Amino acid sequence: MQSSSEPLTVLIAEDSAADRLLLSTIVRRQGHHVLTAADGAEAVEVYLQQRPHLVLMDAMMPVMDGFEAAQKIKQLAGDQLVPIIFLTSLTESEALARCLEAGGDDFLAKPYNQVILAAKIKAMDRLRRLQATVVEQRDQIARHHDYLLNEQRVAKAVFDKIAHSGCLSAPNIRYMQSPYALFNGDLLLAAFNPAGDMHVLLGDFTGHGLPAAVGAMPLAEVFYGMTAKGYGLAQILREMNAKLKRILPVDMFCCATLLCLSFQRCTVEVWNGGMPDGYLHDSLSGVRTPLPARHLPLGVLTPQLFDDRTEVHPMLLGDRVFLLSDGVIDTTDDSEQLFGVERLQQVFAANREPDLLFEDIQQALRDFRGEARDDFSMVEVRLVAPTQLNPPPPVYSDSGQSSPLDWSVSFEFRAQTLKRFNPMPYLLQLLLEVHGLRAQSGALYSVMSELYSNALDHGVLGLDSSLKRDASGFSRYYRERNLRLDELSDGYVRVHLHVTPNNEGGRLLIEVEDSGEGFDVARVLAQPQDSDRLSGRGVSLVRQLSQQASWSDDGRSVRVEFFWEALA
Amino acid sequence: MSEIHLDRDVLSTLKEVMEEGYPELLDTFLNDSEARLRVLHEARDAEKLSATAHSFKGSSSNMGALRLAELCGELEQRAKQPSLGGIEKLVNEIESEFAHVRTLCREEREGFHC
Repeated sequence: MQSSSEPLTVLIAEDSAADRLLLSTIVRRQGHHVLTAADGAEAVEVYLQQRPHLVLMDAMMPVMDGFEAAQKIKQLAGDQLVPIIFLTSLTESEALARCLEAGGDDFLAKPYNQVILAAKIKAMDRLRRLQATVVEQRDQIARHHDYLLNEQRVAKAVFDKIAHSGCLSAPNIRYMQSPYALFNGDLLLAAFNPAGDMHVLLGDFTGHGLPAAVGAMPLAEVFYGMTAKGYGLAQILREMNAKLKRILPVDMFCCATLLCLSFQRCTVEVWNGGMPDGYLHDSLSGVRTPLPARHLPLGVLTPQLFDDRTEVHPMLLGDRVFLLSDGVIDTTDDSEQLFGVERLQQVFAANREPDLLFEDIQQALRDFRGEARDDFSMVEVRLVAPTQLNPPPPVYSDSGQSSPLDWSVSFEFRAQTLKRFNPMPYLLQLLLEVHGLRAQSGALYSVMSELYSNALDHGVLGLDSSLKRDASGFSRYYRERNLRLDELSDGYVRVHLHVTPNNEGGRLLIEVEDSGEGFDVARVLAQPQDSDRLSGRGVSLVRQLSQQASWSDDGRSVRVEFFWEALA
Repeated sequence: MSEIHLDRDVLSTLKEVMEEGYPELLDTFLNDSEARLRVLHEARDAEKLSATAHSFKGSSSNMGALRLAELCGELEQRAKQPSLGGIEKLVNEIESEFAHVRTLCREEREGFHC
């Protein structure tokens, strides 16, 4: 009567010596190892010391009865299933119920029947192994869970570092994000470009968890890298879209709103692909202009079909741009109703203290639902005077030994190039090889950008800057600009750069020429220098930021000089 | 009420199970039982009486001592009732039945050859 499965260690607790002897012999003959105890207390002691797999327990024993011993053993066994089979000639159902209450798993009636005993031991062993498997798998799941949580913590720390390497802490930015918003696919980035303009991105990847967060890495890399090098929104968007399209699976993409706030020009440039409406809040009139999605999300279209067209809006000091993720308006109540845009606008209307807008929205969400979703992001950026911000100086890694000090270079950018290529980042990179210019990189970049866009917009495209006098003219201006750029077939912008040593330092001469009509230089220069004005060809900005600026050839050619002293 | 003192079928199964341990099982049973009989005679409280009768019933049934097991079962039940009348008579009956069983067990022991 050998048992087919592995031998077990079986504890037999029985006060009757003859029964104990008989049972031990039967169980041993079935191939198991036998331990014996003559009373309940002894049974508990033997269990503690030898941890048998299974217990055959007489119910009625002196010192400690089987019921109490069973309870103790079950307690000691913890998660392990140690099956206890009560040996009993009890017949009353009440007594049998007591055996079960004490933790008994089965009964064996006297007189003993070998076949039944073998079957019961086998069944109990199966149960015991099943429980062991369950416990093992539970522990394994718990371990995996801990592991996953830990991975998420590590990933969050890495992502946080990426997300916060920018300027989210700038005094004109307020944001609110649920702690694990990133793991629900929300991404918020902000950084200054070399001219001191601020780029802000609020993105929302499809999906949840780690898969939603992985796309954040390449997106942040492109955002920071290209912003620092002075690329405009259009190029950054193109690069982001192409990169996401290349690396993400088909069903994954990223809704995003990208902003460029220019504190010098007092404008905000917006591109919204698939995000909820953002809002431009005019602090004087209280009007909120929606910034709706005009594009498909990033990572959907091929580079050929991608549309990088942005909108530009004028802003005044104190105006705010407010962006939010769909976690806010898609919050649902108990009856699956959406919070929705209308309720959001009611919050806007009721908001008295602009600085408390987030709190008002959160309160409204709580009132609506009782709890806010864990994947909402809100950000608000205020237009402030440039002096209120301190863009961090760019970090350069080279030693400066190879700084080129005596050279010149000329470029001519023709119609087909002007349509889709912004040479500014390349020219700036080149100029920043000259160490003496690095200290003024912000001004240099602003002036270069201004000269270039003047040459293109007013020169080549012949746009009238006076259009930008008011907000509606502003949007007309940018519509017209896009139209003329699309139709452009000839014209050029030439850029000449001359770097020469000068005493202990050096001198940079920038000349920009365009193929346009020119303008009445004397009249424009006679206007008061006023940086708050929207129009004026950026002339005042250029004059403020550079040491020398002069126009010639009826305004078709401009010369600007930068000087630097000996380096320490 | 069973008239069987010792069930031959049970004994042959036990012999098969115990092999050379069979005489030891018989001895152990007899020693156990004598000790229990003493307890039954001396016991004054019903609980002790009932518990001992219960154990005695169990091991008797294992040995195939059917009538002895029945008598012990009867005593177990009787001891649970409020009036303890007739207990002594039952204990004496158990004693005389055990005497039969003991004789048969000893014969069984002597006749056993491995």
